[in-house]
Amino acid sequence: MYSVEVNKILKAYGTRAVVNDVSFSVNRGEIFGLIGPNGAGKTTTIRMMMDIIKPDSGDIKIMGEKLNDGSKNKIGYLPEERGLYKKMSVMDTIIYFASLKGVDNQLARKRGEVLLKRADMLQHQNKKIEELSRGMGQIIQVIVTIIHEPDLVVLDEPFSGLDPVNTQLLKDMIRELKNGGKTIIMSTHLMNDIEELSDRLLMINKGREVLYGSLAEVKSKYRNNAVLVECVGEIGNIEGVTEQRRHNSAIELVLDGKTTPQMLLERLVAKHIVVNRFELATPSLTEIFIKVAGDEHE
Amino acid sequence: MNKTMLLIKHEFLATIRRKAFIILTIAFPVVALLGILAGQVIPKMITPSVTIEKIGYVDNTGIFSGTLTENQLQLIQYNNVDAAKTALIKKDITDYFVIPVNYVATGLVQHYTLKNEITPSSAVQTVVRDFLLSNLLKGNDVAIIDRAKSPMNIASITLTSTGAVAPRQGGFGALILPYIFSILLLIAIFTSSGYLLQGLGEEKENRVMEILLSSVSPKELLAGKVIGLGAAGLLQIVVWLISADFILKIASSSFGKVIGSLQVTPDFLILGIVYFILGYLLMAVLMAAVGSVSATAREGQQMSAFFIIPVLIPVYFMALIMEHPENIVVKILTFIPFTAPITVIVRLGLSQIPIWELGLSILILILTIWGCFVLATKLFRTYLLMYGKRPDLKAIIQSFRSA
Repeated sequence: MYSVEVNKILKAYGTRAVVNDVSFSVNRGEIFGLIGPNGAGKTTTIRMMMDIIKPDSGDIKIMGEKLNDGSKNKIGYLPEERGLYKKMSVMDTIIYFASLKGVDNQLARKRGEVLLKRADMLQHQNKKIEELSRGMGQIIQVIVTIIHEPDLVVLDEPFSGLDPVNTQLLKDMIRELKNGGKTIIMSTHLMNDIEELSDRLLMINKGREVLYGSLAEVKSKYRNNAVLVECVGEIGNIEGVTEQRRHNSAIELVLDGKTTPQMLLERLVAKHIVVNRFELATPSLTEIFIKVAGDEHE
Repeated sequence: MNKTMLLIKHEFLATIRRKAFIILTIAFPVVALLGILAGQVIPKMITPSVTIEKIGYVDNTGIFSGTLTENQLQLIQYNNVDAAKTALIKKDITDYFVIPVNYVATGLVQHYTLKNEITPSSAVQTVVRDFLLSNLLKGNDVAIIDRAKSPMNIASITLTSTGAVAPRQGGFGALILPYIFSILLLIAIFTSSGYLLQGLGEEKENRVMEILLSSVSPKELLAGKVIGLGAAGLLQIVVWLISADFILKIASSSFGKVIGSLQVTPDFLILGIVYFILGYLLMAVLMAAVGSVSATAREGQQMSAFFIIPVLIPVYFMALIMEHPENIVVKILTFIPFTAPITVIVRLGLSQIPIWELGLSILILILTIWGCFVLATKLFRTYLLMYGKRPDLKAIIQSFRSA
């Protein structure tokens, strides 16, 4: 059973479709990346999953059930536009939002203490939110998001505004959630974070699905027929290589359609070139993102 | 506890802990007590003036003579205008009157003074009038002259259709309480719905809204806010009513006659609370709609004036409502949802409002509130998470259809 099944959802404002015929599913216990340029429709998609806005058509299932009154309690959601009551204390904030998810006050306090301790913030539990730094406030929001131990955690731009220490803390918490069997959907602009954490991803642009699959599948789809080579001395002209690009100590050799990497390696050896490194050149997710978003833009 | 109850509790506690709410709630009883205290203490502190001001008169008719002293004013006769004028310039007197030869035919009396005033003060007018009356009625019994000076004290008694004395009597006492209560009602409605607007604006600016909506539905959120803040407003009204009863008891010692005539009848209390709840609910759902479409708390407050002004309409018609509570315009105001709460409260003190009018007025209010709640929920769902920009009217109408 999937944690999330989204089937052909459509949301339009007037004549403009913000999300158009998008379908995807998220496996239990995986980290799923939702990426796309600004205005692509990521937040609208997430809001429809949260039943904050209704799709014009299509349907969404959470944990095998169509969205219903109880769905919200199964999801922990950290929105991109986030904030807390400034005058409330840290612990009161945690308890209040936990109570809205159906957790009783005593249990919420106990869990809150554990999570605050995990974030090394237990000493701040009686402080007002306005007394905390922005990064600390954001960690409190993450705690509020997971205080009811949801099966599904949706994080919209979770790392924005965090310093490297808190970013690392949050990444560790995300991994711990995954190890605990939770499903995580993460929407971010930071492709490195998606590459580092995600198992599978969906890229949408202008409301439509443009990339969907595991990280390896996506990368192989956009892999050029090229290899990265580090060697001693000049390579010179080699049959089957159409272009050479220098990347610091390595050279990327772009092959024509007939030449395989194996054939290239044989030709290099035949030319007595000492090869120290030889690997298939795989584009980074950032490069794929720019290429796909750019192609769509054209 | 279900989610709506949790929201109600949160909103109620957050509101009654606000400094502005606490100050406003205790301000009414404190100001009233200070007023009573001032009424008792200040007259004792002020020593009455012992200086008697003199006013002259010149009689050209031959009817008037003698002098009169009343309220620290003494009327004295001068033989001619020149003598009176000289006394005025020398400031022996503050004013003088000339009673011309044709006074009996015209009633005209000329008034001269160094002061720049529109009309003589009421004290001066009274002493001159009493002097004229005393002379005109010379030869009559003193009691008759006194009665002529104050010929009528009305004691109105309202009867029921069977001819029995009605339980609720009119008059100043019956009027003053609904008047004060209608003002307090306005304040309570505006402050409670104002807190709602402010709270929504703050939550939009704080970006708490989306976190809330990830846990509760827009309908639960709206209901929680409206009821929670309404309960706080009701608490304010109850505090005022209880303190009013207490204050009336204290005040009756100093203002016995007036206070004694004040009546707080059960139907007035019940309808007062019913119309507070309905009036508040209407304003609250409208403020919620305004709050969801406005970009900031300040913009929301500016837009709210659009709905506040109609509620104030009965205040402009107050004289009409008081003098002609059965007038057709007043009846229409009773049925318009915005104007009904204040109009009914003031009418209650003056006349018996037919049951069908009250029933229709309440029904229209309830239906309007329900309609506004449905529309406000749609706006809530569509615009609550739209930050920094305000939709135009066309987009709002479109969202009523699609949300």
